[in-house]
Amino acid sequence: MTRYIIRRLLQAIPLLFLISIALFVLMQNVGDPLATMGGRTATRAADRERLTRQLGLDKPIYVQYLYWLIGNDWARIDLDGDGVAETQGTRRGALRGDFGTSLVNRGVPVTTVVWDRLPNTLLLMLTSELVIILGALVIGIYAALRQYSLLDNLVTALSFIGFSMPIFFIALAAIYIFSVYFKRWGLPSLPATGMFDPEYGKTPAQILVHMILPVASISIISLAAYSRYIRSTMLEVLGQDYIRTARSKGLPKREVIFIHALKNASLPIVTVVGLDIPLLLGGAIVTERIFAWPGMGRLFLDHLERGDTPVVMGIMMLIAFAVVIFQLITDITYAWLDPRIRYH
Amino acid sequence: MALTTDPPALIPQLITEDVEPPPLSLAQLTWRRFRRHRMAMLGVVILVLLILYSYGGALLVSETYANHNDLTIVLDAPTAAHPFGTDTTGRDILARTVYGGQISLLIGLTAVIVETLVGIFVGAIAGYYGGWVDSLLMRMTEAVLNIPQIFLLLVMAKFFGGKIPNLTIGGREFSGSVVVIILIIGMTSWPYLARIVRAEFLSIKEREFILAARATGTPTWEIIFKHILPNSIAPIVVSATLGVAGAITLEAYISFLGLGVRAPTATWGNMLEGAYQYIDQGAYWLWLFPGLLIVLIVLSINFLGDGLRDALDPRSRTV
Repeated sequence: MTRYIIRRLLQAIPLLFLISIALFVLMQNVGDPLATMGGRTATRAADRERLTRQLGLDKPIYVQYLYWLIGNDWARIDLDGDGVAETQGTRRGALRGDFGTSLVNRGVPVTTVVWDRLPNTLLLMLTSELVIILGALVIGIYAALRQYSLLDNLVTALSFIGFSMPIFFIALAAIYIFSVYFKRWGLPSLPATGMFDPEYGKTPAQILVHMILPVASISIISLAAYSRYIRSTMLEVLGQDYIRTARSKGLPKREVIFIHALKNASLPIVTVVGLDIPLLLGGAIVTERIFAWPGMGRLFLDHLERGDTPVVMGIMMLIAFAVVIFQLITDITYAWLDPRIRYH
Repeated sequence: MALTTDPPALIPQLITEDVEPPPLSLAQLTWRRFRRHRMAMLGVVILVLLILYSYGGALLVSETYANHNDLTIVLDAPTAAHPFGTDTTGRDILARTVYGGQISLLIGLTAVIVETLVGIFVGAIAGYYGGWVDSLLMRMTEAVLNIPQIFLLLVMAKFFGGKIPNLTIGGREFSGSVVVIILIIGMTSWPYLARIVRAEFLSIKEREFILAARATGTPTWEIIFKHILPNSIAPIVVSATLGVAGAITLEAYISFLGLGVRAPTATWGNMLEGAYQYIDQGAYWLWLFPGLLIVLIVLSINFLGDGLRDALDPRSRTV
């Protein structure tokens, strides 16, 4: 098992390299980072030239990539433009955990910029994932135990609609009903934007109230599809011989369903959840935009708009890394749940 | 008289009853099973209605009207003159959904063509040749899969944005961003299909008829495209069908975020752009109509794809 993990991690290294190079090349062309830097626009040609040089944007792309990857503290760079490289570089490079500094928020390290937003995204997405999994387990198991009942058919129909519904549609509808119209009718309305009301400050209660609409929108989309999935795997397992054996030897129904059936039915679900979680990190771009939630998705959009390569690269590499790690965790969980599976 | 003429007429009748009807082709079999799939048939009906809506509707309203700004009727609620209301620059939303539907459908179909071509090519080469070619292509596939598609699309939309000039085809002007969106959706969606095709190729290339084809000196490209590919067509068809729905949704997402198709060309996606800013004013018509059309078309294509999957399943060969 340990050897398997090590081999998988080694395989991930060239993959991450490939991704970083491709993204770095793409990012060179997305906009002019100097145009909107920190609110101050460098209008004079001389200023622009100086800034470009100071930020290292005048270097050929492979040098820029090299500096991004391994830093430039081993090299001397030319800051004053006299053609003599005399200043010692200070960047340590992505491989040593230094993803550079944001071009938009001048001088703020990328890690700080991203870490500021990461908890907000995690809070929103992990809560949603929890709601989705718990809700889907309840609905899915219930539907499997009562196949072709009214609720079962309803879940089937809703899963198709939920699967086909773009999140912005349900989010806009939710805002329209629960925020705009409830306010008009004088009912207690839910806040639609932001993470807290500045009037009350960032209290847990405020955050909780602001989370209701985004979490509900994200959950409804996936809930139907997940419960459908759980229903079909549960149905398959419930038809197995060992379930009949468990029943006929007089085990309580609850034990049969939750221990004998669910553990085996959860195998495919683990795969889906494991592959979905890293996508949740960034999957919230649209949701965060609509609900003005200060998370990574919005950070990504704002900084992509302004061509802030270091921050965008930082976010993308974080997500790519998370995907690799979660795939591995999924495989390990799989082997733990199903002792028949052996990795070599 | 009757006795002498009747027997010859009876004999051919008896024979035709005994002879088995010719075996049904894959298309006939599929159609027989498909038309019993109620949801799939419903999907087809909705899809046909939506196509009629966007291409038939174009006969009733002109594109100039759809792109016409009238600042005196900005953000009007639905009325008899403008059944779907007007948008932020006073354009008629009904007319824009008609022309937006054409572009959304066009993007969905052409992006899938790009996706399918790349996916088949990569999957076929990797699956047929194996070895280092396979490793290399599969690492590439993994690399694309490793970044959430929406991120990749946004970066690529920024990268290619504004590089393609507006096109005039058949007297109609299209924003160059349409081409960009089609290409980037196609170029980021192929990995799933490539994996499916590769898996099919890996199993089919070991079969005896391929060995026979090779033994008789059939050229490699003919083995790949004429012998293996037609045998793996079922999952490709299903994946491509569902891909149309996926492409339409993706276009809606990037257009919604403001990096998709630019004005004056309307799509169902970019009509939603900025709609959330006017939600406090109660302007529901900005997002409700284009949004509902997106939901309807994606839903109908998903039904259709699901029906095709069941109908093409080789394990249910019974008619």
